[in-house]
Amino acid sequence: MQKYSIFNLVKNAFSNHENWDLAWKDPTPKEEYDVVIIGGGGHGLATAYYLAKEHNITNVAIIEKGWIGGGNVGRNTTIIRSNYMHDENGLFSEFGMDLWRKMSQDLNYNVMFSPRGIINLAHSDAQMNAYARRGNSMRLNGIDAVLLNREQVKEIIPMADFSENVRFPIFGGLMQPSAGTARHDAVAWGYARQADSMGVDIIQNCEVTGFDVATGKIKGIRTSRGNIKAKKVGICVAGSTNILAEKLNMTLPIETHLLQACVSEPVKPVLDNVVTFGAGHFYVSQSDKGEMVMGGDLDGYNSYAQRGNLPTLQHVLTEGIAMMPFLSKLKMLRTWGGIMDMSMDGSPIIDKTHIEGLYLNCGWCYGGFKATPASGWTFAHTIAQDRVHELNAGYSLNRFSTGNLIDEKGLGTKTWIS
Amino acid sequence: MLYINCPHCGMRSQNEFSYGGDASVKRPELNKEVSDQEWDDFVYNRKSLRGKHLELWQHISGCRQWIKVERDTSTHEIFRTFKADEEVA
Repeated sequence: MQKYSIFNLVKNAFSNHENWDLAWKDPTPKEEYDVVIIGGGGHGLATAYYLAKEHNITNVAIIEKGWIGGGNVGRNTTIIRSNYMHDENGLFSEFGMDLWRKMSQDLNYNVMFSPRGIINLAHSDAQMNAYARRGNSMRLNGIDAVLLNREQVKEIIPMADFSENVRFPIFGGLMQPSAGTARHDAVAWGYARQADSMGVDIIQNCEVTGFDVATGKIKGIRTSRGNIKAKKVGICVAGSTNILAEKLNMTLPIETHLLQACVSEPVKPVLDNVVTFGAGHFYVSQSDKGEMVMGGDLDGYNSYAQRGNLPTLQHVLTEGIAMMPFLSKLKMLRTWGGIMDMSMDGSPIIDKTHIEGLYLNCGWCYGGFKATPASGWTFAHTIAQDRVHELNAGYSLNRFSTGNLIDEKGLGTKTWIS
Repeated sequence: MLYINCPHCGMRSQNEFSYGGDASVKRPELNKEVSDQEWDDFVYNRKSLRGKHLELWQHISGCRQWIKVERDTSTHEIFRTFKADEEVA
């Protein structure tokens, strides 16, 4: 594989950049693999990469129904953070933060990781107390957290509404300075390119239509491009998890819902951080191109549509305008939607299943993108070693029946109870 | 915008409704020994079908009745609506 470097850039300039290697190949599926990963999104690509890199398992295929990077890894709002209170989420995400910091070097691909900090705004004394508690929990887990008062927040984001007679005045906020954003497509492409170079087959336009299971053990998968034998199969297909589970006669604590995001027209730099509204569900950051990148609530009913509906967008942007009134002057450039695997406690699942050799990675809810490297790393470990790593031990499938739920927000799929 | 035909009030916009999830889920019977698996299936596990999906909605800004709606989860087409106690064939 050609290394991406300034020297190779100059060298290839002499041949008009026509002789670069393909970033990844387009192989025909082999008859058998050691590991098949279903789903060529960020998590699937990262899993294949860490299987090859950390566990030396390279006879691996990624089976993708569409094209890699066409699902949620290309549809998110690129936020990276580890500002969780509970140990399971905090330690897992902070492990991921470390992988994010090294990612561009590790993948030889500029993922434009930008640790610009995230601020969760508080709008009452009670919320300030809750944030102080969460911030303390974060610091106990080695995650940076700073509690800001109203004046400190005003200094950082003066364009927010600090007037006196608003419905949700800003009392302060909780900041994680090391949080940030990254270029989402580059994450998918970087993982794909490295995985491919280590021998992983990335098979696109190939839909999984069924599974071969015998005596409680996985034998292979059936696809639109023929049957593929596999010793181990990992499922990480986000919003399509329930469709595959149905083929396995499994019913999961997951519902598929639609989440929308949107960007405004580009404007001059105005917002340095990621900011979230604390009295509802709205978040915003500014992209390198100057667009305000915004998102918020689910559409609220089960959906596989990959496109959104206007009432939710209107609701979310109303919150946005309450927080930063200048947003009302901007024109909307694009809106889009992705289908989320919403788990019942709002936390993910990375675990083995009752079928030997079949592994499950799902339930990412609103926060799949930031988990990409840690999810891939721990899922690869779970598959390669046939046991969960301590980082994903809490993300078990049976926690719902044993009562070990991770009550980070206590919301899950049921947005209507909030 | 979805338009939902409330069996009590007629066709109204989705803004008047709130969602209540899968309507095919049955609570385990009272006064009966219930296994953990049955509770799990009632509380947590969902089929989350792609295609025809029977679900609960509440006409919260209208008659405040709970109703059942048969809707396609990928096209959002609404086929039929029912009163909450109506049996769906």
